[in-house]
Amino acid sequence: MKLKDTIHFNWYRHLFVAVLILICLYASVAVTDADFGEVFGNVDQMTSFLSRFLKPDFTYIPQIVGPMIDTLKMSVVGTAAGVFFAVPVAFLATTLVTGNKVLTSVVRIFLDIVRTIPNLLLAALMVAIVGIGEFTGVLTIAVFTFGLVSQLVYEAIETIDEGPVEAAESVGANKVQIAFWSVAPQIMSQVAGYTLYALEVNVRASTVLGYVGAGGIGVILNSSLALLQYDRVSVIILMILVVVAVVDAVSEAARRRLS
Amino acid sequence: MITFEHVSKIYSNGVKGLQDVNLTIGDGEFVSVIGLSGAGKSTFLRSINRLNDVTEGEIRIGDQSVTKAGKKELRAIRRRIGMISQNFNLVKRSTVQKNVLSGRLGYYPTWKSILGIFSKEDYQLANDALERVGLLDKLHSRSDELSGGQQQRVSIARTLVQQADIILADEPVASLDPITTQKIMGDLKQINQTMGKTVIVNIHSVQLAKEFSSRILGFKSGQVVFDGTPEELTGEELTRIYGRNILEEKEGAEHEA
Repeated sequence: MKLKDTIHFNWYRHLFVAVLILICLYASVAVTDADFGEVFGNVDQMTSFLSRFLKPDFTYIPQIVGPMIDTLKMSVVGTAAGVFFAVPVAFLATTLVTGNKVLTSVVRIFLDIVRTIPNLLLAALMVAIVGIGEFTGVLTIAVFTFGLVSQLVYEAIETIDEGPVEAAESVGANKVQIAFWSVAPQIMSQVAGYTLYALEVNVRASTVLGYVGAGGIGVILNSSLALLQYDRVSVIILMILVVVAVVDAVSEAARRRLS
Repeated sequence: MITFEHVSKIYSNGVKGLQDVNLTIGDGEFVSVIGLSGAGKSTFLRSINRLNDVTEGEIRIGDQSVTKAGKKELRAIRRRIGMISQNFNLVKRSTVQKNVLSGRLGYYPTWKSILGIFSKEDYQLANDALERVGLLDKLHSRSDELSGGQQQRVSIARTLVQQADIILADEPVASLDPITTQKIMGDLKQINQTMGKTVIVNIHSVQLAKEFSSRILGFKSGQVVFDGTPEELTGEELTRIYGRNILEEKEGAEHEA
């Protein structure tokens, strides 16, 4: 059997792609001065870090419970605020409700811009605007949630059954009534699901917001790292792991019930 | 009374939905609209409450123009026109009661309807309507727990609560079994006779059209090619509407069997 009759008939193309990938890889190694030797050269430092890191200082826990709770509060309040603003704006982002293509595309462009700002950059901006503290974290999370949830919700609105919308129209309901009576009941459980999902994401993300001064456990994590207190760092990371796992589990269970 | 004067509708893709339709439908008539798919039945029906805009001509209800009405006027006109569709158009996640009450939305200011504040009379109206269609026991059931026929009766109850003088039904029985079909058509007929409401039904079954209506309209490529009583709808007329005589064909089939 000839090679061209087998599933490998276009082997030369695969070879071409493989060579291309290798060239890219080599080029990026060269450009970034990556040197894997360094990783092994610093084994000493790694062992000293690990030896302290693997001896968590559990007596430190009482001092970090407060900041951890602050982080959770930041996430909850921020998520709630974000969703609160996201839902009405999501309605404006669909022609189904507004019947106005210009308004819809303006709103969508605005939402696209909001979504492109990375979380940490957003936090840094907020620190510059409102200063250091938990409130900054709340604002950051709110804006991030707003971008995330508004898109999910307007996509949900676009997939609803339009029959009830027509029915409401035909009884003489206005746009706002249609939004509340025909659209909202169809997307409410999805909105609740997306809110929980956003909360999961936010709890994870908010732990590092403290890095740039936006409050919560990240602040302590940052200072412990700076002071080389690796026994504390490991306790903090453990705590974050446990809390994130618990929040994820609870929220996932709740979301499963919704659907 | 519904008046069509030189009404034409051309869709943006060039399809002629309606072509120079002129007719009047009196109060309390039971009109069936028949014709092939795409003949303009739905366009005709949906232009009465302006879910479709027409491109030419005028439609009036009483002495009020539907085609020239402003936004607010149009909502007031729509309040008087109930609509039933093949897909029932209920909010499936909402209760039967909520769906029926939504027929009153046109009568309420926005803020009241958002907060769900309805008068005692309207709750009573909803109960009466559900009792009439035999579904009072389903008041707090979620609509998607109901069978297709029951859902269609909920949508009829919604038009009753609306206290509309005119009920438009777009293929109301197309997705229902024969027995449920008879019940739904019977419900519409009863509402027509005891409450004096004008009923206009788009329907694919010529037999049902003949059985239930006082007047039949036959559409072909957007034009009214038949307008008369069920008795006047002969095989010849059907040939003009459908392009061939479906009744004779059916009889022939029965002979063979």
